[in-house]
Amino acid sequence: MGGHNTGTLAVTGNEAVAEAMRQIDPDVVCAYPITPQTEIVQLYAQMVADGKVTSEFVTVESEHSAMSAVIGSAAAGARTMTATSSQGFALMWELLFVASSYRLPVVMTTVNRALSGPINIHCDHSDTMGGRDTGWIQIYGENHQQAYDNCIQAIRIAEHMDVRTPAMHMYDGYVISGAIGPLVMLPDETVQEFIGPFHAVNPLLNPKRPVAVGPFDGLHGWYFEHKVSQNRAMDRALAVIQSVADEYAELSGRHYGLIEPYRLDDAEIAIVVVGSTAGTTRMIVDKLRAKGVKAGMLRVRVLRPFPHAAYAKALEHVKVVGVMDRADSFGAQGGPVFLEVRAALYDSDPRPQVLPFIYGLGGRDIYPDNIEQAFAVLEQAAQSKVRTSTERRYLNLRED
Amino acid sequence: MSAAKKPEWDVSDIDTWGPDKHELGATIPVAGNSEEFETGGWRSLVPEIDSGKCTGCMLCYFYCPDASILIENGIAVGIDLKHCKGCGICAKECPADAIAMKTEEKE
Repeated sequence: MGGHNTGTLAVTGNEAVAEAMRQIDPDVVCAYPITPQTEIVQLYAQMVADGKVTSEFVTVESEHSAMSAVIGSAAAGARTMTATSSQGFALMWELLFVASSYRLPVVMTTVNRALSGPINIHCDHSDTMGGRDTGWIQIYGENHQQAYDNCIQAIRIAEHMDVRTPAMHMYDGYVISGAIGPLVMLPDETVQEFIGPFHAVNPLLNPKRPVAVGPFDGLHGWYFEHKVSQNRAMDRALAVIQSVADEYAELSGRHYGLIEPYRLDDAEIAIVVVGSTAGTTRMIVDKLRAKGVKAGMLRVRVLRPFPHAAYAKALEHVKVVGVMDRADSFGAQGGPVFLEVRAALYDSDPRPQVLPFIYGLGGRDIYPDNIEQAFAVLEQAAQSKVRTSTERRYLNLRED
Repeated sequence: MSAAKKPEWDVSDIDTWGPDKHELGATIPVAGNSEEFETGGWRSLVPEIDSGKCTGCMLCYFYCPDASILIENGIAVGIDLKHCKGCGICAKECPADAIAMKTEEKE
């Protein structure tokens, strides 16, 4: 693939990630296929079979085993990757905490899909939103290019010695994973140079320096201190994520931040959104701006660690913020991103109103009209003299 | 544990360690140190050996899960109380009835 960036390729989101993984060429990939991630595993297994990569590919009987094998491999001292979706992510659950508490710099692609039930294979964010407190770094992409770019950057972030924490990156099932979109790739050697060699900390497979990984913490041990250590690494990850993005921008010309504001500087109303719906939202922002409405958008990129100061700075001048969640937190005041954003703005003075919207559960379509409806609610709230109710507003729900 | 052996990984003041001092991911960065984990505090019964009855068969020594039977000249003479959990396997296995489990009482 020469020393130049590729031209613009037409690929599925999963193909973009499989290509990123080929260029990373990790020591080990342990994975189990699940819709809509399957194509990544299938393509990567083919690359292994064709000798295009040097990775050891470990086929497993479930995602619980996939994550267990990933942990064993990473603890042994290998650069290790995997990918999953939905129920597979749910089945990994207990091991996700083990991977992060062992501080293993694993990188996982999670293609967002609804969790059962009723059984549903389409996109929403309930899988990884539920996993936001597993101690993994979470980076959400909007499109094919970001799926590729985030996958490569995640290696550097997870392996950084200030962080040493597993990282997952996400994109929308089907909308991005299966649909075809544009991708520009870096040259293979540029990716290799960018990620650099893997340095294991206390690897198990070093007979000259034997170690014990995953010991019992004792009856009155140091679990609490280790949890605080994980959180400190998360705090440090904010600066690392930004510096890795900046370095990546020099190679790719594509700039990423902790958040992605769009026409926010003078916005009076704004929507916060995760994933591919940002594209539709951007279009509606432009349409409203053409009519003189001061609308803006903020796309969530990094959810863990949550860059709350960046949110406060970007949104504190906005009168009304609508947060669109593609997952719900049953019985909470709103969806998971709503709760984060509302908390981030608590210390702002004057404090913007923050309203919860739920959309797209189980792959329910989100039309431009639905986003206009959301902006209309924000506009009305901005003009109202009383604060608007923070009850959930559902977009494109079939109502009685 | 011989008193002269200096541990490679000094955890003597680990109770004072804050989050940044612990090894990354709770890994134990040295091997062969399970002896430093004193399990004697788990004990509610303590074996009492009558060395006069001991025939030197060594069954207690081999059965003990914590290598806590002290042997001198082929005879069981005592218990390593830092590690004995008081499980009673030694007393159960002794064919000479030389070991009895007694309630441990502390002042």
